[in-house]
Amino acid sequence: MSSELFYKPVTELASLLETKAISAVELTQAVVARTKAVDTKVKAFNSFDEADALAQARASDERRAAGQARGPLDGIPVGMKDVISVAGQPLTASSKMLANFVSPYDATVTQKLKNAGAICWGRLNLDEFAMGSSTENSAFQTTCNPYDLERVPGGSSGGSAAAVAAGEAIVSLGSDTGGSIRQPAALCNVVGFKPTYGLVSRFGLIAFASSLDQIGPFSRSVEDAAITLGAIAGHDPLDSTSFKTEIPDYRAELKQHKGPWRLGIPKEYFGEGLDPEVAATVEKAINYYEKLGCEVKNVSLPHTEYGVGVYYIIATAECSSNLARYDGIRYGHRSKDAKDIVDLYFKSRAEGFGPEVKRRIILGTYVLSSGYYDAYYLRAQKVRTLIRQDFLNAYHDVDAILTPTSPTPAFKRGEKASNPLAMYLSDIYTIGVNLAGLPGISIPCGFSKTGLPIGLQIIGQPFKEAELFAIANSYEKAHDWASRTPFL
Amino acid sequence: MSAPTDLNIDHIANLARIALTPEEKAKFATQLGDVLSYIEQLKKVDVSGVEPTAHAFPVYNVWADDVAQLGLSVEAALQNAPAQRNNMIAVPKVVE
Repeated sequence: MSSELFYKPVTELASLLETKAISAVELTQAVVARTKAVDTKVKAFNSFDEADALAQARASDERRAAGQARGPLDGIPVGMKDVISVAGQPLTASSKMLANFVSPYDATVTQKLKNAGAICWGRLNLDEFAMGSSTENSAFQTTCNPYDLERVPGGSSGGSAAAVAAGEAIVSLGSDTGGSIRQPAALCNVVGFKPTYGLVSRFGLIAFASSLDQIGPFSRSVEDAAITLGAIAGHDPLDSTSFKTEIPDYRAELKQHKGPWRLGIPKEYFGEGLDPEVAATVEKAINYYEKLGCEVKNVSLPHTEYGVGVYYIIATAECSSNLARYDGIRYGHRSKDAKDIVDLYFKSRAEGFGPEVKRRIILGTYVLSSGYYDAYYLRAQKVRTLIRQDFLNAYHDVDAILTPTSPTPAFKRGEKASNPLAMYLSDIYTIGVNLAGLPGISIPCGFSKTGLPIGLQIIGQPFKEAELFAIANSYEKAHDWASRTPFL
Repeated sequence: MSAPTDLNIDHIANLARIALTPEEKAKFATQLGDVLSYIEQLKKVDVSGVEPTAHAFPVYNVWADDVAQLGLSVEAALQNAPAQRNNMIAVPKVVE
């Protein structure tokens, strides 16, 4: 691990803070200085509030001095994807629609992070309204991959991934609807984790597709992801889809699971479209588990090929409904040259939304429209059942499933920008996990010959995140990919 | 490549209340034609007798105690309104 403070994991920083070797103010200053030094190149942040971060850091130091420190996240700068509300801070969704919006309240995850003493740091770039796989759909800027500035960081949480990779945040939060945490994590050599649906409250997260959206962390280690999940998980009466379940101490529990595990390899994830270097690298990671004594066996997820199709019906249908609220009336962009109230809706939405958001609203409206509902939306929901059953059947034989996270390493800016279908297919290995509501993690597992990061996806069983973390932690401890940092 | 579809872009844009330019309409029709022809593959799946999934882990009958709680202040609720007057959101005239 690098010697600079801004590249250290939470576990190490927590001991430095606890022994008062460093203060939260010093750590925050280091992260702010790093951000100022590299973000003109990386462009991970839509905005940041240095004075506010330092005020939070001073409060953390005062708590610690008074003997009231709140645990490992107290004093740790946590970057926030710009779809998660932080009271008094901008909330843009990287859209012109919300360019001037300021959050009137905290998201539940924000409140929980603050309760844990974390420093909510900056507003991280994304594809507009989290719709995309490269951050090229942001209305403000395209974030660059820290490992190759000509390439994308992935998306939609590209800013959250790039910020952790470049030392501009210690951990960050993103949201994952079809792979928006795991895919950018894989492309940026960081850990990215999507919890079981319902484990983390969505209250205060700008809604994209409500039956698929989950908030989760980006970090430099699996243990850091476990710490962050422990802080943000839990039932919330403000989210009616939030699940009532015990939240264990994930960090302590991941050390209890020692394996060997039964691991499934789905052949459908290793076929056409998979880059040969990614395939070879992921196979090496699988070999690690075999050598460890795990039982590695083939499993079949026969409906995998329908995942992207199902997703682009369900996600667009839900988005067309969720985004109906942006009408130019109560908040958001209002057109200045509308003739009447209905014209105001048409023009405000035309001016406020970018092309991908419009495209998805149109598709979602179409699949829900009279005469087409059964053929598209209802059929997609039924195939969703089959995709979910595939996973649950596989879990009769295995504890977790290993796959590549992304079919290719980071692609060049502009490469897929004009071909929505090609862009949609970059989420082919991550989408099934959202449709089935499962937990999934991407961890660094190597680099291409040209130095681009490659990720291993591990898909776990519902609400068994501690075991999933243990499986990921085992690989991580035996390799040192995470200690590699980009040249910036 | 554009598949034959009966996606009537004017009708759908009207339902979605989005004003599209002629260029956007032409582009979206082609791009969404590609996406819809890709989605056609779902018709191959036998879904007879399969129940639809709306949520992976559905939670039913979520009740809250009927207790009044403080909400946002008027000031906070209106802070993002594009136009306001007398503690209310101002909108264009809707009745003649």
